[in-house]
Amino acid sequence: MDLNNGANNESKRITVIKPKAGLSLTDLTELWRYRELFYILAARDIKVRYKQTVFGSLWAIAQPLLTMAIFSFFFGKLAQIPSEGIPYPIFSYSGLLLWMFFNNAVNIASSSLLNDARLISKVYFPRLILPIATTFVSIVDYFVAGSILILMMFFYKVTFHPMILLVPIILFFTWMLSAGLSLFFSALYIRYRDIKYVIPFFFQLLIFMTPVIYPISVSGRFKWLLQLNPMSGLIEAHRVLILGNYPIDWRILLISIVFTIIIFISGLLYFKRVERYFADII
Amino acid sequence: MKTVIEARNLYKSYDIGGKVKIGVLRDTIIDTFKYPYRLLFKKFNKDKITYKALNGISFKVNQGEVLGLIGKNGAGKSTLLKVLSKITEPSGGEVRLRGRVSSLIEVGTGFHLELTGRENIYLNGAILGMRKKEIELKFDQIVEFSGIKNYLDVPVKRYSSGMYVRLAFAVAAHLDTDILLVDEVLSVGDADFQQKSLGKVKDIAESGRTIIFVSHNMGVISQLCTRCIVLSKGKIIFDGKTNEAIANYLSKEYEYFGSRIVKKDNKKIMQIRKVTISNSNKTPSGVLNISEPIKINIVFDVNKVVSGSVIYANINSVEGVLILKSTDSLNIPKTRYKGKYRSVLELPPYLINSGKYFLSLGCEVPQKNNIKVEEFDHLDAFQFECVDKSKAIDEYGSGIIAPIYQLNTQKLK
Repeated sequence: MDLNNGANNESKRITVIKPKAGLSLTDLTELWRYRELFYILAARDIKVRYKQTVFGSLWAIAQPLLTMAIFSFFFGKLAQIPSEGIPYPIFSYSGLLLWMFFNNAVNIASSSLLNDARLISKVYFPRLILPIATTFVSIVDYFVAGSILILMMFFYKVTFHPMILLVPIILFFTWMLSAGLSLFFSALYIRYRDIKYVIPFFFQLLIFMTPVIYPISVSGRFKWLLQLNPMSGLIEAHRVLILGNYPIDWRILLISIVFTIIIFISGLLYFKRVERYFADII
Repeated sequence: MKTVIEARNLYKSYDIGGKVKIGVLRDTIIDTFKYPYRLLFKKFNKDKITYKALNGISFKVNQGEVLGLIGKNGAGKSTLLKVLSKITEPSGGEVRLRGRVSSLIEVGTGFHLELTGRENIYLNGAILGMRKKEIELKFDQIVEFSGIKNYLDVPVKRYSSGMYVRLAFAVAAHLDTDILLVDEVLSVGDADFQQKSLGKVKDIAESGRTIIFVSHNMGVISQLCTRCIVLSKGKIIFDGKTNEAIANYLSKEYEYFGSRIVKKDNKKIMQIRKVTISNSNKTPSGVLNISEPIKINIVFDVNKVVSGSVIYANINSVEGVLILKSTDSLNIPKTRYKGKYRSVLELPPYLINSGKYFLSLGCEVPQKNNIKVEEFDHLDAFQFECVDKSKAIDEYGSGIIAPIYQLNTQKLK
């Protein structure tokens, strides 16, 4: 019965197709109508990734774990980088966890449009769904890899801070930042295929500008430089919420959040502006 | 009758001159340094050539109509379908559509090989615009139509090509929308399957939904459509009854006299370059005598090494019925290397009867999973007429074929 009513409403719906660009209110209602496709595409990506179960979760864990091991040896042990009184492996892993989420989400989502080129040239749906749905795969990876952090903390006898319950807020903003960059990169990728080489390089440089390996306190008078990078505040806050080793630097966090929102909105606007030629050139 | 589709003055243009849109960032950056002003004056760039795929299209479709779109390759059929289904945006003009619209431009779009049949039904259904509830309601019907019940929980990468196509079509066939846009999808699968899908599309048409249908196959068009629009170079050149439209299309587009030469296009992996039709070794002609052998000569280029390619020649009657399809699939080499090739087809005398026919050719590779035939080239060559100069059968035979077989009559005692 309910379904019939829905169908009747839809029969009355009039679609107008004409040239337009940019974001409009009808886009939002349309996104809502396509929400099921969104869930299904996100579920597809997660299923496909974890289908070969062992390998899927192994990869999600191995990536941050091995990186942490290398960092701990070279930066923690040999270079003696301070870690705010926390065992260096835990210090770097707690940062890497969020970094990997950010890095992987943007990496995978940036090529999402090209990977599903067939879909874009053969069926219509709001194009935004594709890169955004793909970012959710990395959230699952985050939780899988997060379980290792819990084990490590038991091993090193580091206690959890109750503020850990606020971590989802940081996750949300990190997702927002990833989504904003993904929208921007995925749209660029359709037009400029050499973006493929730019993105990994971008991340490789950015990790050194982010307090993953070192605490923000070592930056001294160059602290402002780190503040330009929205990941700085998020990584710091993420670590503090889990370990509670020192108070949150609200100033940096706030700057990061403002930058994140700006990047998200401009990514969205850019995407909406160029999406109409996707099907023509993909 | 309610109007459900109304297109007003539709345009769609593509830039083909100047810089191609897909490029590398590196070039764009270098260009910006080389010609710093070009970016500023981009809009005044004079050497930009635009190609109008749709050039002022207006039409209306009433509820329940089955409208055929016909025209040569590049006439704008597929572009029009893509504009109507919102896949691509028009450059000008407006369309109003009433009700839910679904497009079926390819069977199995979005199928994921790693996922099971069951998962793919939901995925593909959602991609085609079905609600989860709707899919659940129709799930059993879909499974039954596809006939793959026992393989539902097996990843589709383990399916045979037939199973894959059947499942894909089954999902699409259960789309329950007010307007359905269909492009050439009935040309997949084997003959049996094509017949089954054609039947399903007929059912959909009879249930009062509006369908716009694109096909090269005049036989299918004449069976399904009540009305046809003929497109040529992005414009509507005819809009009316199906049989008149087909006649119009064939007479307008096939005015060549037994010979057709095509410019070389290196972008095509294989390309038909020349085709002639003649009686034996005489000069090509648009009018042929059926009392002599009829020879079709095809010259084609292979521009890139391909394997498993087939050349085909189709002869259709003007009503669109396929009279004969001939391929070189039996003597096909595993690989064809770059170069020029010739295929010859010789029909014996008195095979096809007098009448008007048209010839189309192409080269294709049947893809591994048989989802979609990969077509390198398709050429709607020309129309030709067969006459019987010897008058051997004129007075008697009137069928499609014309062998001189006579009834043998004897007086019984």
